Amino acid sequence: MEIQIRDLAKDYGTVPALHSVDLDVKSGELLALLGPSGSGKTTLLRSIAGLEQASRGKIFFGEEEASATPVRERGVGFVFQHYALFKHMTVAENIGFGLSVRPRAKRPPKAAIRERVLSLLDLVRLKGLEDRYPAQLSGGQRQRVALARALAVDPKVLLLDEPFGALDAKVRKELRKWLREIHEETHYTTVFVTHDQEEALELADRVVVLDKGRIEQVGTPDEVYDAPATPFVFAFIGDSSELPVTVDQGRVWLYDRAVPLGLDVVGHGPARLFVRPQHWEVGAPANGLAGVVRSVLRHGPGRRAEVELGAGVSVTVDVSDDHAVRTGDRIGLKPSRWRLFLADGQAVAPIPARRPAASGFRA
Amino acid sequence: MAMSDTDDWRAAAATAGATGEGFAARAVLIALALGFLALFLVLPLVAVFAEAFRNGVGAWWAAFQDPDGLAAIRLTLIVTAIAVPANLVFGIAAAWAITKFRFPGKSLLITLIDLPFSVSPVVSGLVWVLLFGAQGLLGPFLKANGLQIIFAVPGLVLATIFVTFPFVARELIPLMEEQGTADEEAAMTLGASGLTTFVRVTLPNIKWGLLYGVLLCNARAMGEFGAVSVVSGHVRGLTNTMPLHVEILYNEYEFVAAFAMASLLAALALVTLVLKTFLEWRYGGHLAGGRGH
Repeated sequence: MEIQIRDLAKDYGTVPALHSVDLDVKSGELLALLGPSGSGKTTLLRSIAGLEQASRGKIFFGEEEASATPVRERGVGFVFQHYALFKHMTVAENIGFGLSVRPRAKRPPKAAIRERVLSLLDLVRLKGLEDRYPAQLSGGQRQRVALARALAVDPKVLLLDEPFGALDAKVRKELRKWLREIHEETHYTTVFVTHDQEEALELADRVVVLDKGRIEQVGTPDEVYDAPATPFVFAFIGDSSELPVTVDQGRVWLYDRAVPLGLDVVGHGPARLFVRPQHWEVGAPANGLAGVVRSVLRHGPGRRAEVELGAGVSVTVDVSDDHAVRTGDRIGLKPSRWRLFLADGQAVAPIPARRPAASGFRA
Repeated sequence: MAMSDTDDWRAAAATAGATGEGFAARAVLIALALGFLALFLVLPLVAVFAEAFRNGVGAWWAAFQDPDGLAAIRLTLIVTAIAVPANLVFGIAAAWAITKFRFPGKSLLITLIDLPFSVSPVVSGLVWVLLFGAQGLLGPFLKANGLQIIFAVPGLVLATIFVTFPFVARELIPLMEEQGTADEEAAMTLGASGLTTFVRVTLPNIKWGLLYGVLLCNARAMGEFGAVSVVSGHVRGLTNTMPLHVEILYNEYEFVAAFAMASLLAALALVTLVLKTFLEWRYGGHLAGGRGH
């Protein structure tokens, strides 16, 4: 079932948490709401569930206006960061809760509930644990039970609030894969909140990046990583260095030095140039922006250098094993891919001239 | 556990050996604490029972054959049977409102709940006299309608409710605060009604804390003297509760009867203490911070 959100706003007293959000979630999609704390992502998710009352705006599940329906009739499955399992109930009782509280006329018989519970336990790979209590389960198992409980009522949409936030890194990765598999099997329209960009990029069909109660960008993981729409998205997703530059007569200047971008740009005035560590070409000092290597550290499979360009500006550069870069070396840097945001208030896309800018990147 | 105890002991012994003062100081402090406890708690308790049984079990038993004494016991049970359930409902409602909702005046409400603890019991009784007494604010109205509150059972119930209303709420607020609202929210998203959510989710989460609060509330409701004394009017056989009856008997030099009645109250206190200790020991994790009152 698709979700349409129109002009949704929410404030707590005088503090705005969401400013006029518009968003469409496609049917069967797995969508991530990604942002730093205070970005409004959880408020947005809880508003979709009906756990928060929006100050303005409407939410539709298909044709039906969900925002006019109270939470208990809205038909959402909600999974909480800290599981919120009922401690005094067994796993089976937890999962069957949603069915067992239905009005008598709509309540399935006990045997049918039991059957549904067992098939869900099978789905979440917890066969045989139906008589355990939550306290007897690991964190990862508890969250699986929580998901099974949410799915038991056959929700119109599935909402997960930082579902793996309370788990350690290894379990988190496992569950990520597991959630993806469950999604492929069930195809519930799913929205999940996370502050972990790796989780969002790996798991989601599309990612919504939020900051300060506004949507900064909506796109596939590739789109938000490769073509960030705003400086915030560029800085927030993946590693990057930002250079305070000036655009003048088609050239980009870092103070008095021209940045070798390899092509001219239109526009004028101060701007922000973003480059990811892996998109610097390292060469001789005369060949590019000259800088001094301040440190070289191990970073995953490769090495990563901090290079000072002078005037208090330094950038992070991935160096390949072919280059014997050491602390104290003078090197020259040339960005192979980059993105430029003119700083005239509007964080607009870069405009590399002489190029039909599909992504804004120089491939 | 045993290991760390031993370590503590060794550390303490080492300190004692090094300074020569540790052991002596410890012995003095423990002796002081035990002596104080014996003097102010154990001795009076023993005195109560010794006095009650001074003339044997028969005399003790005879004290309860007095119709006025029986009336006092019955009245205490009636007052408690109304006050405790009332505070149970109020305590849950207040704790629920305070911990699960945001509303203006919330911190004022929390402060007000503690008011009966900080106000002298005499004042707690007087407010009802000022409100419902013959010269009180609503006195003429009550008189015109033939209703009596002060110097009657309703006054005793009101005063007792007032004095004991913090117990349940104060036990539940920190507990429910700690548990948060996620369980209730989960139940709601699963389609449960408010009542179902309360009965099947909230109540099981708070039952031990609730029992603990009710226990303390009950002990205080039965034992309350000050506030009840002000509104009672001391009509024998009609408006005397057990504590009030004890005082009257004592003032009339009926020591055995007075202490026999007092021994019942003391026994109630002991039973409360045992149950309270049991709850703290068995379900300490489910009580608010495991702390006592």
